[in-house]
Amino acid sequence: MSAPGNVDDYILKVSNLGVKLQNQVILDNISFKLKKGTALAILGPNAAGKTVLFRTLLNLVPHTGKIEWAEKVKIGYVPQNIAVDDIPISVKEFLSINRDLDVESSLGPVRLDHGDVGGKSLGVLSGGQLRRVLIAWALADNPNVLLFDEPTTGVDMDSEEPIYLMLDDLKRKNKITILLITHDIHIVREYSDYLLAINKCTTFFGESKEIMKPSVQRIIYGETVCAGAPKDKG
Amino acid sequence: MSLTTDAMTLSLFIGAAVGISAGYLGSLMVLEKMALVGDALSHVALPGLALGILFNFDPFLGAFAFLFGSAVLIWYVGRVTKLSFETIVGAVFTLALAIGIVIIPQPDLLEALFGDISKVTLVDTVTAVIISTVAIVLTRVIYKKLVLGMISEELAISKGVNVAKINLLYLLLVSLVVAVGIKIVGTLLVGFLVIVPAASAKNLSSDMVRYSILSAVFGAISSCAGVLLSGLFESPTGPGPFVVFSGIIIFAATIVAKWKMR
Repeated sequence: MSAPGNVDDYILKVSNLGVKLQNQVILDNISFKLKKGTALAILGPNAAGKTVLFRTLLNLVPHTGKIEWAEKVKIGYVPQNIAVDDIPISVKEFLSINRDLDVESSLGPVRLDHGDVGGKSLGVLSGGQLRRVLIAWALADNPNVLLFDEPTTGVDMDSEEPIYLMLDDLKRKNKITILLITHDIHIVREYSDYLLAINKCTTFFGESKEIMKPSVQRIIYGETVCAGAPKDKG
Repeated sequence: MSLTTDAMTLSLFIGAAVGISAGYLGSLMVLEKMALVGDALSHVALPGLALGILFNFDPFLGAFAFLFGSAVLIWYVGRVTKLSFETIVGAVFTLALAIGIVIIPQPDLLEALFGDISKVTLVDTVTAVIISTVAIVLTRVIYKKLVLGMISEELAISKGVNVAKINLLYLLLVSLVVAVGIKIVGTLLVGFLVIVPAASAKNLSSDMVRYSILSAVFGAISSCAGVLLSGLFESPTGPGPFVVFSGIIIFAATIVAKWKMR
């Protein structure tokens, strides 16, 4: 299962990836290759192991199989959930954690005004503003790969499309490779080049336009039980 | 308890050092939702104090040893079992409290529980100031990394932060400050200095710099006011209860201020 292209163009190669947590199979036999400057959408039902896949790609989870990133890869990561409600930390302070940074210029690419949000506490931002700040955080180190775990979680419908347009812009202008977890078929068709559908032990990798195939739909929305493993909520 | 001017001056120095360091380190405890860990950790010192009294060595060395050992134990069990710190501390501190109360000589119990500044020496003061300063400086170094770990452990790890290691270092630093604070407010109430100044500061803060500074300032004010009031009223219980009264007044004032700012 691989996207067409020259071998040297690949930024990520995953082969026979498997993850077992607390004796339960979470991911099994996942293989795909991804070219530089493309966008991969990852779909699957709840608890299919999508977030675990990201954590595994970041080398945070013990696994079997092979994950090969291209040399000089720099990964920016935007998690699905962060705990900010209870922490009095301003946007400026958050973006400056662990690095010296020109906060004003880092908010520009995500279309936020420093004067407007820089001094605000993260906890009082709207869902859309918070996601943009997280994207600014991920972009601050000039990554060539971005991992987004459901980029529009907590974002109202009107703000969703602009976020994806912004990601598309980043991909085209900065040649950044994007991996995003989403539940939205429209987003897959409009903004991604490739699709990885996972449901525990069943996977599909191919071009995004194949998302409407019944076999792919079954993976995304169907129930799968891994052979030889207890059924679980992973 | 009548205090000489010298003892009062030294106690104020210790009070300020403990108040600032407990307030500063406590600001992270409160955010981490580990406030009760700070409180419970203080009781773990009791058996150490008791052994010092029984075997005639400095009780605070015993307290240090027990606090350090417990911090490492709590951290390790937490990593292995994935139980929350609060759950493990709940088990460890009640055991320590039970052992401490059984073995500590009765006349020394009140001093251990509520603190005693009547016997404060210059060496105690210098030690407290040095330990507090070291704890503050080291915490400042890891402060932002700890905050990032609280916001998202994955984000912190993806940035190369060793969350487990800095959590252990932080717990050890809290143990140090708690051990020093026992002299002023006793094992029963030193947890107050870790929790309440930070809670008061949080009421008035929208950024970390203001929050951590206010927390340290409120800690110092509560602690010094407690020492002064205890001396003024010649209280037989030591400064502990007065530290609590002062801190609660500040806490109430910040609630009113927050309510008015809405």
